[in-house]
This record gives sequence, C-alpha cells and structure tokens, in this order.
Amino acid sequence: MAVKTLIIDDQLISALEEETLLQAAQAAGIHIPTLCYLEGISEVGACRLCLVEIAGSSKLHPACVTKVAEGMSVRTQSDRLQKYRRLIIEMLFAEGNHICAVCVANGHCELQQLAMDLGMDHVTLEYQFPNRLVDLSHDRFGMDHNRCVLCTRCIRVCDELEGAHIWDMAGRGTRSQVITDLNQPWGTSPTCTSCGKCVAACPTGAIFHQGSTVGEMVHERTRIEFIVNARQNHQWQF
Amino acid sequence: MTLHSHTPKNQDSSTKHVSRAAHFKMLDVILKRHQYRQDALIEILHQVQDLFGYLETDLLRYIAQCLRLPLSRVYGVATFYHLFSLAPRGTHRCVVCTGTACYVKGAAALLTTVEQFAHIHAGETTPDHCLSVSTTRCPGTCGLAPIVVFDDQVCGYQTPNSVRDRLKPLLKQT
Ligand code: SF4
Ligand code: FES
Ligand code: FES
Repeated sequence: MAVKTLIIDDQLISALEEETLLQAAQAAGIHIPTLCYLEGISEVGACRLCLVEIAGSSKLHPACVTKVAEGMSVRTQSDRLQKYRRLIIEMLFAEGNHICAVCVANGHCELQQLAMDLGMDHVTLEYQFPNRLVDLSHDRFGMDHNRCVLCTRCIRVCDELEGAHIWDMAGRGTRSQVITDLNQPWGTSPTCTSCGKCVAACPTGAIFHQGSTVGEMVHERTRIEFIVNARQNHQWQF
Repeated sequence: MTLHSHTPKNQDSSTKHVSRAAHFKMLDVILKRHQYRQDALIEILHQVQDLFGYLETDLLRYIAQCLRLPLSRVYGVATFYHLFSLAPRGTHRCVVCTGTACYVKGAAALLTTVEQFAHIHAGETTPDHCLSVSTTRCPGTCGLAPIVVFDDQVCGYQTPNSVRDRLKPLLKQT
C-alpha cells in the first residue's frame, strides 16, 4: 500500500494511494460539501458539489471520484467554487418542488443544510414547478418525487447493500425520475424487501416513513454504517 | 418459463393471435442468439421492438427475467433512449430534426406545420394510428438542413409546403 503526500488547503497530508481526495480531506478534518456521495456505497460523481481546484489544471475535479496523487496541490474553497456550489444548489431548488416548511425532513435534510452552509438566501433562477407525483402505496414508506434531487443514493444502497435493485432511473433530462420495478406503485413491487435502507439513505424528505409529519423524519444513517462495516470490514460494532 | 400465458386473450382475431405466438417464438430466438447476455440488453430491445412494434411492459418483464436483470434497470434503459417506444406507434413516422443546423434553417416552422396538419403534438400518435410525430436532435445530415425523416427516408431542404405534400398520403392510407 503506497502512501502519497499532497497538499490540501495548505495542509500537508499523506493518504493511501487508493483513497480519493474526499476521503483524504475528511480524514484530515477538511470539509468538502457533498450530496450524491454516501460512505459505504459506490461513488457516481453526479452532483458536482464536491468540485475542487487542483494546481496545474484549469478544470475543476470532483473530489469524491478523484484519486490522490503524489505532490498534488488542492484547494477546496475559493470564490469560484463557492459560486458554482451555490448555483448547483439553486438549480436543485428550482428544478423540483422543495417546500421546507411543510417537509417531513425539515431540519434533517442535506439539501436544506447545504443551502444554509452556502448562504443561499434566495434562488436567482426561475422555478420550474414540475408536475411530480407522490406514491403512498407502500404500507410503511412513502415516496414524494417533488423532493427528489436525483442523487441515486436510494438506487445504489438498494443494489449494493440490499441486493434487491428495485430502484432505478427512468427517462432522461427534465423527465428523469427514480422508479420502482417497471414504474409501478411501490406497494405492488414484487422485489422490494421493505428493508428501509433507501429511507435511511435519501438526503431529502423524498423517501420517508409513513405517518411522519413536518420535521419528524430523521435519517438513520447509523444503520447503513453498521451494515457497511459488517459487510465490507467484517466488524460488528454495537 | 414462457410468456404465452401473459398474452391478452384475443378470441376474435385468430390470425393476429397466431402471428403473436410466432413473434414470441422469434423473441426466444433473439434472446438465445445473444446468449442471454446482460450486456446485450440494448441490442435485444432494438430487435424486440422491431418485432412487436413497441415494448410492452410484459415484454420488458420477460426480457428482464430471461437476462436475470433487475426490472427497474430494463425499464430505465428502455425509457432513456428516444428510439424505444413503450406505447404503440403509428404505421407511419414523421421525425422533425430540431438540431442546431436544422433549427437555424427553420425547423420550428416545419414542426408547427406538421403538428397543425396532423392535429397532434410531437411525441404523439394520431387516434387512428396512422402517423406518429416526434423530434430528434441531429441525425447527422446537417448538409441537407432543414430535414424531416418520413418513415425511414431522410428528406432534405424541407419547406412547410413540401412537408404538407409528403404528409398527405401518409395520413390517408392505413
Ligand atoms: S429518492 Fe432520495 S435518495 Fe433517491 S434519488 Fe431521490 S433524493 Fe436521492
Ligand atoms: S459528492 Fe462528488 S459529485 Fe456528488
Ligand atoms: S441539425 Fe438536423 S441534421 Fe444536423
């Protein structure tokens, strides 16, 4: 296991060669905003919030899918990055129907938290008000497409940790949406095991426990951490 | 496992039923020819659509089962590509290119002409299943811009008038 040394935000850091910039930064206590990344499942580099600047490259690089390299010099904060990150969050807000005041995940939502961290006091883009549906056919969980940011975390936990793969992305462009099986009501899915991993993985209130009201929906991430640890590291920590 | 039990019971048109059963035989041949390989999904969907005209939900389910792929994956792939259709399409097809070159040369006017003439919007099929209208972004024949594809024939340098002339016979015959 080769070790690489690099500089992140003026801090000298050593990391294993298979680690990503995001992992190296997190280990050093440097915070990089993320949305589609969830520890324990594969990275897709879809949301672009974790973009960082690397010296000698005019492109921006997503930290969650960029491997560390010897002598790299990385910036995780700059005016340019701040501008892009805020714009990404604004686009997510404008693209869906996110009404925090009536959302089950109010106060426990990663999208809301990111907006606050990035100082998004208003949205400069035109709201699209898409016509999206709510699926309450499952007897324990609900799916509100209005709040979905298409991060694909539910798809990946279901495929990689549960092995059921009931979720996937259908359509393209503005008509993209996550679906269960053959785009059927969740409650009629023959493959759903009702394990609840998607509920825990969702960053927003899109997938929720039925019966929760405003602000009651807390994502139990420790359950995912527990399973990842058991599956990948063969460690059971209670 | 077979799908024959899934086929809608069509007592009246026995000929249709026979050809449908034959289609299912051919479907199995297609799957076998691709050795039930998961990475042949797109190719299989193409051939199955050519065979049945469109991709019914039951067909997608059958393909997923045979290839041992998740249902949602097969549905996701089938809805991602414009070329796949999950609903029956018309006998004839009219595709207006709205790519950059064609757009600059007046694709918008062509599309309006088609929509008004056929009384449907892009993405729709006439109630008598005569014609389906859709748009595409540049099939790569920009030199002929603006183009419209009637059935599988690419027609260049189109004008609202020429489009109307070509549509007339397509809308009449079934
Ligand atoms: S439902 Fe939640 S986890 Fe799934 S894609 Fe949407 S926001 Fe992400
Ligand atoms: S967290 Fe890296 S792209 Fe989403
Ligand atoms: S833009 Fe229409 S063919 Fe290229």
